[in-house]
Amino acid sequence: MSLTMPQPDDAILARRGEIIAALRRIVPGEGVISQPHELKPYETDGLTAYRQPPMAVVLPETTAQVSAVMRYCNAQGVKVVPRGAGTSLSGGALPLADAVLLGLSKFSRVLDVDYENRLAVVQPGVTNLAITRAVEEMGFFYAPDPSSQIACSIGGNVAENAGGVHCLKYGVTTNNVLGVELVMMDGEIIRLGGRQLDAAGLDLLGVIVGSEGLLGVVTEVTVRILPRPQTARAVLVGFASIQSAAQCVADVIGEGIIPAAMEMMDRSAVHAAEAFANVGYPLDVEALLIVELDGPLAECDYLIGEVERIARANAAVTTRVSRNDAERLAFWAGRKAAFPAVGRISPDYYCMDGTIPRRRLPEVLQRIAGMSASHGLRVVNVFHAGDGNLHPMILYDANRAGELERAESFGNDILRLCVEVGGVLTGEHGVGVEKRDLMPVMFSEIDLAHQQRIKCAFDPGLLLNPGKVFPTLHRCAELGRMHVHRGQVSFPDLPRL
Amino acid sequence: MTSVLTPTTSDDLSDAIADAARSGTRLAIAGGGSKTEIGKPSNAVRLDMRGFAGIIDYDPPELVLTVGAGTPLSEVESLVAAHGQMLAFEPWDHGPLFGKPAGAATIGGVVAARVAGSGRLTRGGARDHLLRFEAISGKGERFVGGAKVVKNVTGYDLPKLMAGSWGRLAAMTQLTLKVLPRPRASATMVIYGLSPVRAHAAMARAMSSHAEVSAAAHIPKVSGAERSTTALCIQGFEPSVAARCALLVDVLRDHGTLHTLPAAEAESFWRAVREVTPLASSKTLWRIDVAPSTGPAIVDAFESLGARWLFDWAGGLIWLAFDGDAGRVRPAAERAGGHAMLVRAPEAMRTVVPAHHPRVPAVAALEFRVRRAFDPHGIFETGRFLDESNAD
Ligand SMILES: Cc1cc2nc3c(=O)[nH]c(=O)nc-3n(C[C@H](O)[C@H](O)[C@H](O)COP(=O)(O)OP(=O)(O)OC[C@H]3O[C@@H](n4cnc5c(N)ncnc54)[C@H](O)[C@@H]3O)c2cc1C
Ligand SMILES: Cc1cc2nc3c(=O)[nH]c(=O)nc-3n(C[C@H](O)[C@H](O)[C@H](O)COP(=O)(O)OP(=O)(O)OC[C@H]3O[C@@H](n4cnc5c(N)ncnc54)[C@H](O)[C@@H]3O)c2cc1C
Repeated sequence: MSLTMPQPDDAILARRGEIIAALRRIVPGEGVISQPHELKPYETDGLTAYRQPPMAVVLPETTAQVSAVMRYCNAQGVKVVPRGAGTSLSGGALPLADAVLLGLSKFSRVLDVDYENRLAVVQPGVTNLAITRAVEEMGFFYAPDPSSQIACSIGGNVAENAGGVHCLKYGVTTNNVLGVELVMMDGEIIRLGGRQLDAAGLDLLGVIVGSEGLLGVVTEVTVRILPRPQTARAVLVGFASIQSAAQCVADVIGEGIIPAAMEMMDRSAVHAAEAFANVGYPLDVEALLIVELDGPLAECDYLIGEVERIARANAAVTTRVSRNDAERLAFWAGRKAAFPAVGRISPDYYCMDGTIPRRRLPEVLQRIAGMSASHGLRVVNVFHAGDGNLHPMILYDANRAGELERAESFGNDILRLCVEVGGVLTGEHGVGVEKRDLMPVMFSEIDLAHQQRIKCAFDPGLLLNPGKVFPTLHRCAELGRMHVHRGQVSFPDLPRL
Repeated sequence: MTSVLTPTTSDDLSDAIADAARSGTRLAIAGGGSKTEIGKPSNAVRLDMRGFAGIIDYDPPELVLTVGAGTPLSEVESLVAAHGQMLAFEPWDHGPLFGKPAGAATIGGVVAARVAGSGRLTRGGARDHLLRFEAISGKGERFVGGAKVVKNVTGYDLPKLMAGSWGRLAAMTQLTLKVLPRPRASATMVIYGLSPVRAHAAMARAMSSHAEVSAAAHIPKVSGAERSTTALCIQGFEPSVAARCALLVDVLRDHGTLHTLPAAEAESFWRAVREVTPLASSKTLWRIDVAPSTGPAIVDAFESLGARWLFDWAGGLIWLAFDGDAGRVRPAAERAGGHAMLVRAPEAMRTVVPAHHPRVPAVAALEFRVRRAFDPHGIFETGRFLDESNAD
């Protein structure tokens, strides 16, 4: 692997026993894990190409314990890596050899459901789906729905600003979180936001969401819940070319329709999904769209008709409307099984996550096909077409020498292409360690310095989840002095009124 | 000394800021200045951002718009309206509220002041629609945050911080905003004569229903009308709006009789709510953000002290016109778990009562560090917000 992680601190490693003893005093019983074989399950997250057992794992049960652990680690100069369910696809929860891995799995309670104000207060270890489960009997749901929703934790969702197929209409995590309780690296416990829509002062909650565990440990989350839509219907539309599928997507939105979800698969993805899930996808198409409309019955009926009309105008070769919920779910079953389906046709795959302006889709796919040929690796494309978030999956075999490296280099080329056409490195999976070294493709040194100064405002010792997100983590004092200015020219000519 | 700087290029702006940093000059970043009467008056040099005006890039099917930060709000609004789209956070011009002509507000000013209308309830605020910005920080450095695409988690979400930064972090030169299709049809249904408690209950019931209500507000009798009005807005495509209105009648049958407001009346009702016109004559105006269920007790308490008020955001936003003891307002908001902003007040009050609700010490200290991250010399600290011990 090509990635360099921060050099472990020998002085800290030498004090391992003492540090573990101190952690045991804070979190008694089975809350501290230190045996090598017990550390193994924690050595990686969803980005399994990278593995590193932590120095120790601590599983606190209360905010006070989290605070005490952080205060101790801060005072002793010990690094801390927060971990939710460990499903990150960017290595955000990858441990460090000289760091304490702070797991939130015991924070698994739904604390309050407030239907009157349409919100739920939960602990960070609660899974995404469990929030919906807790409120569905009253007809509500929690909208952001990452495909990993049975497993991933809401704390991890907050840290990654997770999205999902229904985020086109309902927004991503950041649009659905009202408040958090946060423990900072020095052990200070603060609350940002609350049960109201806006917080007083700077929107610090807005930077906490998506901060990838670098600014603080989230110990409580308040989320908005919404009434579950009365009905949902989906249309499956096949096209003879990517161009016409992309035009159809643009026209749907151009007509003022914001579907609940709008997903696209290319030919190889359709074939892989159909072979795996047998849901009746048309196999003679270059692109397949699943457009889901939800809301009151009258709205669904009307919009389904509109989408069919737009699809026909874009020369759709097949159009099928779900007649009942079972059929709608079948349409989704193939798309949702994209990962395991690809797992069946290739020993390993590497899932990318760039976003592009939608209008560039045909060109980008063509260039990805060219890269596929030159890297000698196949690629399968699924994407959140409504918001331009691509998930190309690069197929490789880690047992074949050099293939992992080739897959990574292919992936990096795709992400550079996304930035080149005006897009970004990651739409929902986060930078983590995976895209860390590509950050300069998108941001200048000055841009990154402004981001890192925020890190310094929260964690001046740079002890919380270091080695993630930033290609170079400058010491905070050094960053304060860094001053890049185009010259010492004053502004004598500037007009003054 | 009240001089004004009017840079028109990023380089000039950068020089002006770097120069201010060297000489210790304080800069008050201003758009149209429609909000200059918020907070304590200051004598900092005015940094007029209206030179950064114009539409930079607009591709309607992408739902993304890039404009100069000094572009008049009205110009942005008419451009997107011409393409059947809208700024879904419904920013509005505060000029008239402060006795100034309309039309001065800039897009940078409304975003920096986190201005949002009734649609904030369901479609999000400025924070949710600012995708990217370019700015010059307090060191005179040009930097960007975010990107020109709707879905992005690359690096910290700096646009969130910049929305609601009130000119205290950096001077924004360019903004990229998410735009949304303008609803094809709109209907407003009202119930007359509800008390605050019953209005809250009706709005909560409506918001929990399948009617997909996009805005909910309540103007009480005490604020000038002959009876109170609780209004629910339903928007979308024609057949859907009709069906949802019918559904709403059914859902709210235990709460009162629903009437459909004629279009012109509906429009003026929502403008009145958004621009707080029923409370326009009061000297002191507060904006209280709370969980909706706590609103009725707050307004009951202040009504008995002579206050007038209205609810927006299904009761989560209380506009309170209260000329009595300012010391009562914030404790009441805090007891409800929320906060209160002093929007309009006589100058004497503004020099002692901070515009923004004071934060607890740990959060205030953190905010201070974050502000210094962008503005290490404190040149954007004009003393206006009364929370800066070393500001003048
Ligand atoms: C099969 C599969 C499908 C996926 N589909 C999607 C998808 O559709 N959309 C999507 O957005 N993502 C998806 N993901 C990625 C992943 O599930 C999300 O990023 C998720 O939010 C991670 O949550 P987690 O609890 O597993 O966090 P972890 O993996 O444990 O941690 C992720 C990051 O969050 C930090 N963190 C975790 N908990 C906290 C906390 N309490 N406080 C502070 N920091 C914390 C960690 O330090 C780390 O940086 C998928 C992953 C898999 C394996
Ligand atoms: C709670 C509240 C209270 C208000 N009180 C008043 C009031 O007392 N008087 C009044 O006239 N209006 C008031 N307004 C209205 C509001 O100030 C303006 O409607 C809105 O900001 C219009 O933009 P502007 O260009 O006039 O902004 P300005 O009033 O010029 O600026 C508003 C804020 O944004 C900052 N800002 C402006 N442009 C930029 C930029 N390019 N980059 C960074 N920061 C920038 C300013 O420093 C200032 O803090 C209030 C609004 C709200 C939400």
